[in-house]
Amino acid sequence: MVEKIQRSLERLSFVDLIVWLFGLSIVAVSVVGMIGSLGGHLYTTKEWMRVTVYGVTQGGVYALIALGYTLVYGILFMINFAHGDIFMAGAFTGYFLAAKLDQYGIYNGHPILSLSLVMLLSMFTSVVIALITERVAYRPLRRAPRLVPLITAIGASFTIEYTFRGLYGSGVEAYPELEVLAGKVSIGGIEVLKAHILVIVVSLAMMAGLYAYVQYTKAGKAMRAVAEDKDVAALMGVDVDRIIVNTFILGAALAGVAGVLYALIFKQVHFFMGFIPGIKAFTAAVLGGIGNVPGAMLGGFFLGIFEALGPGLILEGLGITSPHQLKDAIAFTLLVLVLIFRPTGILGERLSEEKV
Amino acid sequence: MEEKRSPWKDAWLNGLLAGVIMLYFSLVGMVKTFSSREVVGALSLGHVTLLLSLGVVVYTFLRRHKQESRGTLLGQAALMGAIGGFLLGLLPLLGQWVDFRFMLVQASPELYALLRFGQNPTVGFVLLIAVSAVTSMVIALIDFLPDFWRNAVVNAFLITIVVGMLSDLFKGMTIHAIFDPFMGASGLNYIGAVVVFLLSVAYFWMGKRRGEIKAEAAKDKTEAMAKKALPRWAVAGLLVAFLLFLPLILGSYLSHVLNMVGLYVIMGLGLNIVVGYAGLLDLGYVAFFALGAYTMGVLTSTSPLGVAHMTFWEALPFAILVALTAGILLGVPVLRMRGDYLAIVTLGFGEIIRILAVSDALKPFIGGAQGILSIIKPIIKFGGRTLLEFQTPIHFYYLILVGIGIAFFVAYRLRESRLGRAWMAMREDEDVAEAMGIDLVVIKLTAFGFGASFSGLAGAIFASYVGSIFPASFNLLISINVLSLIIVGGVGSLPGVVVGSLALVGLPELLREFAEYRMLMYGLALIAMMLLKPEGFWPEPIRQRELHAGEESGD
Amino acid sequence: MAPILDAQGVTKRFGGLVAVNNLDFTIEEGSIASVIGPNGAGKTTFFNCITGFYTPEEGHIIFDGHEIQGLRPDQVTKRGISRTYQNIRLFSNMTALENIMVGRHPLMRHTWWDAILHTSRYHKEEEEALEEAVRLLNFVGLAGLGDQMARNLPYGAQRRLEIARALASKPKLLLLDEPTAGMNPQETTEMIHFIQHLRDELGLSILLIEHDMKVVMTISEKIAVMDFGKKIAEGKPIDIQRNPRVIEAYLGRGAASGLSENEATATATA
Repeated sequence: MVEKIQRSLERLSFVDLIVWLFGLSIVAVSVVGMIGSLGGHLYTTKEWMRVTVYGVTQGGVYALIALGYTLVYGILFMINFAHGDIFMAGAFTGYFLAAKLDQYGIYNGHPILSLSLVMLLSMFTSVVIALITERVAYRPLRRAPRLVPLITAIGASFTIEYTFRGLYGSGVEAYPELEVLAGKVSIGGIEVLKAHILVIVVSLAMMAGLYAYVQYTKAGKAMRAVAEDKDVAALMGVDVDRIIVNTFILGAALAGVAGVLYALIFKQVHFFMGFIPGIKAFTAAVLGGIGNVPGAMLGGFFLGIFEALGPGLILEGLGITSPHQLKDAIAFTLLVLVLIFRPTGILGERLSEEKV
Repeated sequence: MEEKRSPWKDAWLNGLLAGVIMLYFSLVGMVKTFSSREVVGALSLGHVTLLLSLGVVVYTFLRRHKQESRGTLLGQAALMGAIGGFLLGLLPLLGQWVDFRFMLVQASPELYALLRFGQNPTVGFVLLIAVSAVTSMVIALIDFLPDFWRNAVVNAFLITIVVGMLSDLFKGMTIHAIFDPFMGASGLNYIGAVVVFLLSVAYFWMGKRRGEIKAEAAKDKTEAMAKKALPRWAVAGLLVAFLLFLPLILGSYLSHVLNMVGLYVIMGLGLNIVVGYAGLLDLGYVAFFALGAYTMGVLTSTSPLGVAHMTFWEALPFAILVALTAGILLGVPVLRMRGDYLAIVTLGFGEIIRILAVSDALKPFIGGAQGILSIIKPIIKFGGRTLLEFQTPIHFYYLILVGIGIAFFVAYRLRESRLGRAWMAMREDEDVAEAMGIDLVVIKLTAFGFGASFSGLAGAIFASYVGSIFPASFNLLISINVLSLIIVGGVGSLPGVVVGSLALVGLPELLREFAEYRMLMYGLALIAMMLLKPEGFWPEPIRQRELHAGEESGD
Repeated sequence: MAPILDAQGVTKRFGGLVAVNNLDFTIEEGSIASVIGPNGAGKTTFFNCITGFYTPEEGHIIFDGHEIQGLRPDQVTKRGISRTYQNIRLFSNMTALENIMVGRHPLMRHTWWDAILHTSRYHKEEEEALEEAVRLLNFVGLAGLGDQMARNLPYGAQRRLEIARALASKPKLLLLDEPTAGMNPQETTEMIHFIQHLRDELGLSILLIEHDMKVVMTISEKIAVMDFGKKIAEGKPIDIQRNPRVIEAYLGRGAASGLSENEATATATA
């Protein structure tokens, strides 16, 4: 018995202990902060609700981008570092169409048509960039050691960012306003921006569409087969290269949509705009369990809400000045916590045996 | 897997490819920006960019279709050049009617004029196609040369371009009078170019002769032994002497450039331990640099933010210690992570440090966006008398050189030890390394610790060197710079770090045209290196030990 | 004589799958023992339980008088067990010599401090390690190949190098996972002699996983047969060959699962 305890202590090195203590202390501090905020009645319930709705809006965008990470990771076991920039490419290109349409008065004259066109162009651009990236930077290295494609992915990310900086300039461009979406509506006593409602609706619709595609169509099934085991899928007559290309197309198209939605929320585009949302969406994907499609959706919303509430709920309760500056730090801390306590994410990873 | 295409069709496609690449470089603005730097006479770096794009495409095509007859190849080269030139020429041609600039900010009249050779649109269009086709044919003709001459000509050409690009370097030197007759306004003049070109060819020819002599000598073994190169200590002595006198030749500005290179070398040596030896991809490396710099700032600054008013030397150990501790603390939660998660988490960590540095929350301690000012310079005192106060870049050059020396020494000795082998084993296969009795926790933390402390050292020197630090100096791009330079030099290679720093940090510092496209070029370099030369430009040589061990036991 | 390894009731589950089910097995000191069984029978999982890569849910593994189940792989290795892999896993971008020197890691004590200052301990240990590595290189018949990158060695040499690396930690028990996989008959015979030589020369205890019946029957003193995670037979080679359950496990499903021709005949005729 003594030996058994001794042995389990020996295996559970002090490092694990420190990791847990580290994690627990962050959680404890957060709880103290929450008690401080809620106890101090800093905000009314309505204000909390408003912030939550905002979180859901952002979460929808994160979820759409996160799906791209999760789909690619599920199949290639590789973080497509450039995915955030693929999102940027779409949004930035879409801006020019929107601006031109606005110039001729079509944008506000035919809002649905205009927005659809902008979205189509955005998706198209994202897909093209994703395909070039896959063909040039990833495909030749599919059998290389894992560090190698990761490094090319980082390279691809910077190449895309600075290519677009070169092409479109380094300025911040203001997305034209859609008058239809200006103003607020009141839902159950909470004032919500119309644009936010549109974002939530579109992102949910896209997610439902993707889920149906992956789950029920033949192409979706082939995709899942490849994720399970590339070699077996190839033996069954699945064209693995095609499926991988399909996956990139799918992920990039969602990122293109996310780009336009993001622009509707923040009303501006910039060549570096993909970086932070990219990392956050990856966080969302890990949060939900990488490789897991519903997980990415859930993770996106969770992260969006957490990040929206976090500064007011936790940091302000701790008496920290200008807590909103630290919003991004909250998201990354959450990522570290998840990886400490539940590295497989909320819904669990869906990866095939060979990798785990 | 690649399906066989007919050579003519392939030529068509490659022509289109060349055109797209040339358009790309034009539209991201490189061609125009680079055109302000003349390399040889009127030939600008902008032209060279286009020329090299076309050259690489044509050259790879010719390598692939060696079996064709020379006449056909010449025709195909001309076709490729013409198509490429046609595609590129469409931009200024259409540009007279369509305003691309609404979207593509670089599609400017200046670029158009450049691509039209200053002629009117139609003439310029035809001229561009013709020039492009002829250039391709010249490339083909060079390719037809015998192996030795082809390599010599191509290399001599590249050397001439590099020398032309760097000619400012010679002008900045204290002994510039020697070079003046060969220099144009910026870059070489035509005489200079011809001289450099011929010298390079001559160099290769001599190299070839020497190789032949050596091969003959090698037949007679004793003679080869007698002709053994200089002993190692002599080489080392020469190198040290060279490094000591270097700033005196280079002058203040170039010494400053070297100092920046040197700081990156220290960081590179540190990250090389983490990424190169241990195979842990750390993208938050800038955080430790920032911690070192801020510790130095807070401890030594004479501004209200300074808390301890220490001297540089008193604060230095603390700066390193803080970075080291942070390295280990960050290492702890990521120990059990998969390699690719590690990259993202460390990236996030780097961002957290930056966000904290600019935040108002910590402003009372580290100054927020206004940073920390009046950080003091190192002073060497002896017996109450000030012997030397480090003020100029030349002074700091020696400080940084010592820093590099220590970092190099530590990194080298660690590699040749049980720990170094354990790191490399872990890089190769984590599970097996653990099964060999290696405690992964311990060696991962030591790797993080060493990497972070090197970076902290660099940060501390940096803070003192520039005198004031701002959060904006510590962005993610520094991590990416360091990563890129190790990869270009050769992952795990110590000389590679130096080569990589010179190329990736020194060049953009010298050529301000590069500065704007620095990150784009790093991105492209990372991809290209992984695809074409994953071992880097200066990989670590394989150590020959078995024979050596035999000699030892034989003695 | 006391057994060097005594596994009692070892059970390892993956979700619903019981990969190793209540397995008992002992290895006498200085003997050569084998585990055989069809693919997926749980042999490699059993190996992984011994070496600490997996922690068995139930049971005890006593090595050299101490319980080792639940220890980390590096801790197990330090106590004197080392192994090779079914699909060779060398450190492919290190030289052969360096591979062996990594194997000696647990016997060395010098720290980063010694390495930077080149203390006498560093010099002494490094010299010993190099000498020992060269000696092992010669021992496995790879003299002169020490400075080759491991990935550049021919297949057979890689197998031998992997064994040399495992020997570098001076183990008491050596686990070999299919050491003759992918070898031609002549190489296989050489490997048989080599394994016997290892035991005789170094006094090691050896546990094998092996598919080649000729190898198993020639060198094992004791054989355990696994099927679906369970031990279905144990004994001397001669008993195993006659055991009807073993024949059924191999031949009964052999035809269906496409068991290779010569394995089947080897079982039947040996």
